[in-house]
Amino acid sequence: MSAAPIKVLVVDDEPPIRKLLRMGLSTQGYEILEAANGKTALEKLGEEPALIILDLGLPDVQGHDLLRTIRARNEAVPIVVLSSRGDEAGKVQALDLGADDYLTKPFGMDELLARLRAALRHQLQVKGERPVFRSGDLSVDLVRRIVKVGEREVKLSPKEYELLRVLVQHAGKVLTHRFLLRELWDELTDAQYLRVYVRQLRQKIEADPERPQHVLTETGIGYRLKSGN
Amino acid sequence: MVRKRRDPEQRPSPEALLEAARREESADGKLKIFVGAAPGVGKTYEMLQSAHAKRKAGIDVVVGFIETHGRAETEALVRGLEVVPRKKLEYRGQIVEEMDLDAVIARRPQLALVDELAHTNAVGSRHPKRYLDIEELLSHGIDVYTAVNIQHIESLNDVVAQITHVRVRETVPDAIFDRADAIELIDLTPDDLIQRLKEGKVYVPRQAERALEHYFSPGNLTALRELALRRTADRVDEQLLNHMQANAIAGPWAAGERILVCVSEDPRAAGLVRYTKRLADRLHAPFTAISIETRRSLRLSDEQRDRLADTLRLAESLGGEALTIPAVGRRIADDVVNFAQGNNVTQIVIGKSTRSRWFEMTRGSVVHDLVRRAGNITVHVIAGDDLPGEVAPRTAVQTAAPSEPFDPLPYLKSLGIVVIGLGAAELIQPYFGIENVDLVLLTSVVAVAVRYGLWPSLLATVAASLCYNFFFIPPIYTFTITDPTNVAAFVLFTVVAMLVSNVAARVRTQADAAIGRIRMTEQLYAFSRKLAGTATLDDVLWATAYQIALMLKVRVVLLLPEEGLLTVKSGYPPEDELDQADLAAANWAWGNDRPAGRGSDTLPGAKRLFLPMRTGRGPIGVIGIDNDRTGPLLTPDQRRLLDALVDQGALAIERVLLVEDMDRVQRTVESERLRSALLTSISHDLKTPLASVLGAASTMRDLAGALSDAEKRDLLATVIEESERLNRFIANLLDMTRLESGAIVPNTALHDLGEIVGSALRRAAKILINHKVELVLAADLPMLELDAVLFEQVLFNLLDNAAKYSPHDTTVSISSRREQGFVLLEVADEGEGIPPDELESVFDKFYRVQKGDHVRPGTGLGLAISRGFVEAMRGTISAANRRDRRGAILTIRLPVPAQTRALDAAA
Repeated sequence: MSAAPIKVLVVDDEPPIRKLLRMGLSTQGYEILEAANGKTALEKLGEEPALIILDLGLPDVQGHDLLRTIRARNEAVPIVVLSSRGDEAGKVQALDLGADDYLTKPFGMDELLARLRAALRHQLQVKGERPVFRSGDLSVDLVRRIVKVGEREVKLSPKEYELLRVLVQHAGKVLTHRFLLRELWDELTDAQYLRVYVRQLRQKIEADPERPQHVLTETGIGYRLKSGN
Repeated sequence: MVRKRRDPEQRPSPEALLEAARREESADGKLKIFVGAAPGVGKTYEMLQSAHAKRKAGIDVVVGFIETHGRAETEALVRGLEVVPRKKLEYRGQIVEEMDLDAVIARRPQLALVDELAHTNAVGSRHPKRYLDIEELLSHGIDVYTAVNIQHIESLNDVVAQITHVRVRETVPDAIFDRADAIELIDLTPDDLIQRLKEGKVYVPRQAERALEHYFSPGNLTALRELALRRTADRVDEQLLNHMQANAIAGPWAAGERILVCVSEDPRAAGLVRYTKRLADRLHAPFTAISIETRRSLRLSDEQRDRLADTLRLAESLGGEALTIPAVGRRIADDVVNFAQGNNVTQIVIGKSTRSRWFEMTRGSVVHDLVRRAGNITVHVIAGDDLPGEVAPRTAVQTAAPSEPFDPLPYLKSLGIVVIGLGAAELIQPYFGIENVDLVLLTSVVAVAVRYGLWPSLLATVAASLCYNFFFIPPIYTFTITDPTNVAAFVLFTVVAMLVSNVAARVRTQADAAIGRIRMTEQLYAFSRKLAGTATLDDVLWATAYQIALMLKVRVVLLLPEEGLLTVKSGYPPEDELDQADLAAANWAWGNDRPAGRGSDTLPGAKRLFLPMRTGRGPIGVIGIDNDRTGPLLTPDQRRLLDALVDQGALAIERVLLVEDMDRVQRTVESERLRSALLTSISHDLKTPLASVLGAASTMRDLAGALSDAEKRDLLATVIEESERLNRFIANLLDMTRLESGAIVPNTALHDLGEIVGSALRRAAKILINHKVELVLAADLPMLELDAVLFEQVLFNLLDNAAKYSPHDTTVSISSRREQGFVLLEVADEGEGIPPDELESVFDKFYRVQKGDHVRPGTGLGLAISRGFVEAMRGTISAANRRDRRGAILTIRLPVPAQTRALDAAA
């Protein structure tokens, strides 16, 4: 797999951030393409990056508009957006527009690398779905519909299983409330239902439901299933 | 040079210094009065010459009003000066010319000449008196030259009347004479003046020629001249005294003299007050006028009561103090002496009694008692005959006589009662004889007296006497009496009936008065209680307007200054706008602190009467009243009641305004404190982590070769930790800013508390790495109406705080439980706890629990933000110390929403 290096396009107007990402990512064998504004970013799309890191605050174009344009040209490429704290609505909007994940500035390099890996792996998963998802003591067999915690099989209601299946299919990726509702019910359903089912699901699969290790809450945004081993 | 130690007694008197400061700093114009002993001494001429001198010196001089009376030399002097055209007013078909006050004010000269200070303005002018015009000019910063003859000075008025036998109606108060910055006496010997008169150089109205012949007798003129000289000397003396006091020059002034003048409703009391004023001026002593309120005072007629009030007001207008004190002792003299001794009075002025020798023998003489008991207090007894019977000048506001229309009903009823008595007498006469008949009739007279008062009872007395004579005294059915015994019986009956009815009627009057006073007192008490209970300005204004309207049956508006403009703030019935005339009167009343409008001296054409509302600290607003009747608005009693109500209202308004002021001051202090705390916080909390980051990073760059790998890792850890700390601090500052700018609108939805606690714990994991965390959430917790992002931040702040204020390896516990309609979430640590008196202030911005002089690291914002967020989500947060062990406990209390149960059931 490591024959050709993975190309990552970094779109950020701050030179120090670009420098940091260039140094951090190249140690992991990624090849870095850089763009300081929206115009250059669209030009660099032609070089077919495997992943895009997109800062939402750009000088020449609205981050969300750029995101929409990129998605229109390339449906598949994973996009991780960078945004500031307190802008939950902006993050949700970005995710709904097709971003795969987000990171809040300031962030640590370990966190960024983990997100990149998750986004890339997810892309691979979509291509060839793995039959059994494993993460810690949790295993989900999507073909036989068997959920186990350790060696104990867990009985889930159909809706609880549906929820878990969607989470597993996007493991490691944050899923917005709206996305989950659309997948499980319809968009108009009250988010309360989702919370109730998440709570029930946690009681069945988490060792300590109050301090979950698998189904993580992204406060104000949605949920994320911790990605597998 | 050795400085002489100053005797403390020789310090400048504060009053004198204040007075000097007032004169120097006041923006008011300066007043110079040219005083003469009599007409014709050349005041106007002298004034004009001074004006010319000023004009040559470059002063902007205009003539406001000067009457030359056709004298050529005066006219020549006026010609060289700018004259402001006079205002023409029509009064009873005649054109009258007056000074155009507004034109002079608009012209804004440095100096205005206004002759004849004591002049009375024509009806329709703004002020009834010219000296009021002059005061207004002065208040606009215009200097004024004016002229007056000595007989017009209020306190000398009756002395002049005694000398010349001519009473001058036009007077000016002593106050304007005393406030003058300069007095120039124009002196001419009597002989010279008489010479001028003969040469026709003195203007004399034709019809007054004869009277003036007597007036200008050498004796009169000498006396008047002496008066003028003495009054001017007094004035100069006073200035000298002020100067000496202000400069702490030990002087020969009499210290500690205090004069008391006893006044009654007697018309001559005004003269007593004037006498006292002159005495007080000579002694440089303060004076007080007192009126002793006895049982007799209750029976005074309204006219007498009014006169007494006017006399007391005269004392006030002459610069004295006026008091009414209730009689306590058996004798009036006792009360006077007690008051005098209690107030360090050194001299008492009292009028000689005009009562008959008989009265004094039976009741005792106040004067004799006073002289006997006065001890070392000097008593001046002023012979009443010397004081002309004269009424004190009318007060600034006219009051109406209470008009009680004649009501024949009580009289008819009285006669009815007598007829019933007659019937009863006829019935009992056969059984009890004529001796008891008169008692029956007498009973009916007493009944009438008690029921209907004096006049009906007198009618009843007459009727009963006639009936007694006609029906019972033989020969009956005639008015003749034959038996001398019966004559005696008839006379006795009449006398007894008269006396009894008189006494009974008086008792009734007193009872009525007492009931009236009680009712009024009750109403005032209720009003003051109502005011005490109101907190907002609007409520106080409304209560005041309503109460005054109710008790006096008038319409009321209340005006308060708002950004420099007098504005209608309340009214009963509600009123928003005043017409121009009323607004002008209100503003005048406010600006001059005197009544204006209907029935007053100023702008009497306005629809309402406006009275300034003031408290001890100064004026606070204006009240306007009117009703549908024409003529004066209020009776004297109502006026007194209004004063009481207005005073109470003013105090209440002042109280509310003061509270508002204090709040404002407190807020300013608070924001000052915050600003300095913010600076401290920012400089400390931003710089400390930055210094660490910078230090660690530069060490890494410059000394990398000399560092071991472990040291490098350590330095890098410092960089990361400190950067995170900086990040949290900036986040806090941003939150606080959002909170204060009102940008926080909670986006609430039903949430599972445990879920948010979980994510907060995950976020705080790094901070709590050195602590144990204990989590006890009740199983049956309902969903709560929360903004998940805000609430997670609240919890994060509490956890951050707990970690910061408790030592490593202790436990931070989070627990929650349901308590009736609330869910309680508690975050407890095992630190040192919070000092009990700071449990509330920990939620203040930039507050940090201090240990000695050591301030803990942190922003001092966490808890303030937490409180702001929790309250935005309709919860509360409080701090306490743990009971089971050491440590602080922070409790969030959130209401359980109604729809939660339904959802729980649905799941």
